[in-house]
Amino acid sequence: MDLLSNLGIGFEQALSATNLIYCFIGVLLGTIVGVLPGLGPVATIAMLLPITFGLPPVTALIMLAGIYYGAQYGGSTTAIMINLPGEPSSVVTAIDGYQLAKQGKAGLALFTSAVGSFFAGTVSTFLIAGFAPPLAEVALRFGPAEYFSLMVLGLAASVALAHGSLVKAIAMVLLGLLLGTVGQDLYTGTPRFNFGLSDLSDGVDFVALAMGIFGIGEIIRNLEDEKTRIPIVSRFRDLIPTKEDLKTIIAPILRGTAVGSMLGILPGGGAILGSFASYSIEKRISKHQEKFGKGAIEGVAAPESANNAGAQTSFIPMLTLGIPSNPVMAMMIGALIIQGIVPGPNVINERPQLFWGIVASMWIGNLMLLILNLPLIGIWVKLMMIPYRMLYPAIIAVCCIGVYSVGNNPFDVYTMAVFGIIGYVLVKLDCEPAPLLLGFVIGRMLEEYLRRAMLLSRGDPFVFVNFYERPISAVLMVVAIGALVIVLIPSVGKKREEAFREETK
Amino acid sequence: MPSFVKNPKDFFCGLLLLAIAAIFAVGIFELPIGTAFRMGPGYFPLVLVILLAAFGVIIMINGLRTTGEPFGAIPWRGVALISLPVIFYGVTLKGLGIVPALVITVFVTTLASQRWSLTMALTSTAAIVVFSVAVFIYGLGLPLSLYGPWVGGY
Repeated sequence: MDLLSNLGIGFEQALSATNLIYCFIGVLLGTIVGVLPGLGPVATIAMLLPITFGLPPVTALIMLAGIYYGAQYGGSTTAIMINLPGEPSSVVTAIDGYQLAKQGKAGLALFTSAVGSFFAGTVSTFLIAGFAPPLAEVALRFGPAEYFSLMVLGLAASVALAHGSLVKAIAMVLLGLLLGTVGQDLYTGTPRFNFGLSDLSDGVDFVALAMGIFGIGEIIRNLEDEKTRIPIVSRFRDLIPTKEDLKTIIAPILRGTAVGSMLGILPGGGAILGSFASYSIEKRISKHQEKFGKGAIEGVAAPESANNAGAQTSFIPMLTLGIPSNPVMAMMIGALIIQGIVPGPNVINERPQLFWGIVASMWIGNLMLLILNLPLIGIWVKLMMIPYRMLYPAIIAVCCIGVYSVGNNPFDVYTMAVFGIIGYVLVKLDCEPAPLLLGFVIGRMLEEYLRRAMLLSRGDPFVFVNFYERPISAVLMVVAIGALVIVLIPSVGKKREEAFREETK
Repeated sequence: MPSFVKNPKDFFCGLLLLAIAAIFAVGIFELPIGTAFRMGPGYFPLVLVILLAAFGVIIMINGLRTTGEPFGAIPWRGVALISLPVIFYGVTLKGLGIVPALVITVFVTTLASQRWSLTMALTSTAAIVVFSVAVFIYGLGLPLSLYGPWVGGY
């Protein structure tokens, strides 16, 4: 079997001593930032990017991936124990999880979320192994027109799924794309938008931009409404569930895994979407809907499985097409580019060790997380009591040291400070910065494919929607436009608002 | 705030986007645009600038049409006490070396939160600096001098 021999290559990579250690560091850091409210995987990965320069690509990616899915495990612990989502994707877990904890069933809720996450992680690891190679096969036949349309679809989806105003989300994508054009033109080498600063001739530094918006900007925003975290930790008893409990959680875990995996693959998807969708599905099909919100274990099992499944399957478009479906994947693409790897369908064939190593490490990482999370729960509960004011100066220190070390250039530090303020202002104006980051990362590629496609079509802009000559591109474009139109339909728009409002409750 | 601005968040968001579009528009003047067939370095940015300006106008008009909450007081203290120390770090790192630069940077940022006591702030600063130096300089071997020429180091 091809798949088995490939997985063999992967496990050989992932089980090397170095990679095991970095996988462990990744999932450990992921759990920690997941547990700590106010510090997320995007900021953490941004802070660690400079450290990964010296590592081999596979080791770097294994560690960064571990942070993302590790954060999904950690986030649920905080949600259940103190009713605060450590991660946005654990928002719905807090609803029923905390109620369970108040009833003295925190052990059950934690067990369910850990086992659900592990099951989902295992399934989605195999989904990546099964689906990524054929998808990459298809993608190898893509021309510039298809790539352009695919990226437009990815951006459109991220806009449709962003919180709040649609026009603002589109504006953020445009702003990101525009920031991406700063620096030398790819074809002619003409300097663009450096405004007399020679430091800008290579463009805006990706690490500085990401650290600024998601690290510094977040800190300014968090300090604005500094609340005392009331430690309302409930006691938790034994972690071993009864047979009856086990029976109740199996079906929701399966459904959550399925929903999360599917929504994770979609461009614009990821961990958050799946957890919300699966919670509302569970609520709708449940025979005792009245229990939801008052401590239904299904309300923990399904979304926790879904967010872990989604976190992992969102690697599929990133690894096969080179297209980031969410800000974390944008960071991964950034990490690949820094390592000198061109993201895209060639990665699987040209660097099988990299691709299969990451896939195999995910399963190993999930196993580590299961062991880390259940017996060591006491440590995490103590950790979540650390007040934010103890954290942010350390985050700033790490950001400063890290961003400087990228190019030993103080200009990167200034860029980070400026984008910190920009990020804060944008959030204050109700603009989500996530689409901006996606636009920024994709910008260069989007322009390149646009120019190539237009050269090939001799300047005919209809090449992207020509069903006879470029059917794949046309379908992708139609789906992209469709996604935006559907969100604009008033009734759907209202539903979307409701969904996001539920989220912030 | 003029009374016709019913939704200040949208109005100023639109204004900000227009301003950014204008800055980039100035930069495009120097660039060859080319044609749709052979796009020059200015073509793609030009399209983006036009779209961004259009969305800026739409969002600004929304700010006049819809009602929304005001954005409240701007926390100048937080913005200043977080961003200025970062810039300070960039300016002084080479001269002061990492230890003094980081001590001042971290200590000033602790002032952004109003919940620190002086002793706690100093202790945490010391802990963070010791940890950072241990991890980044000794652990990861970043080539930064601990004390720079301004304070008698190298």
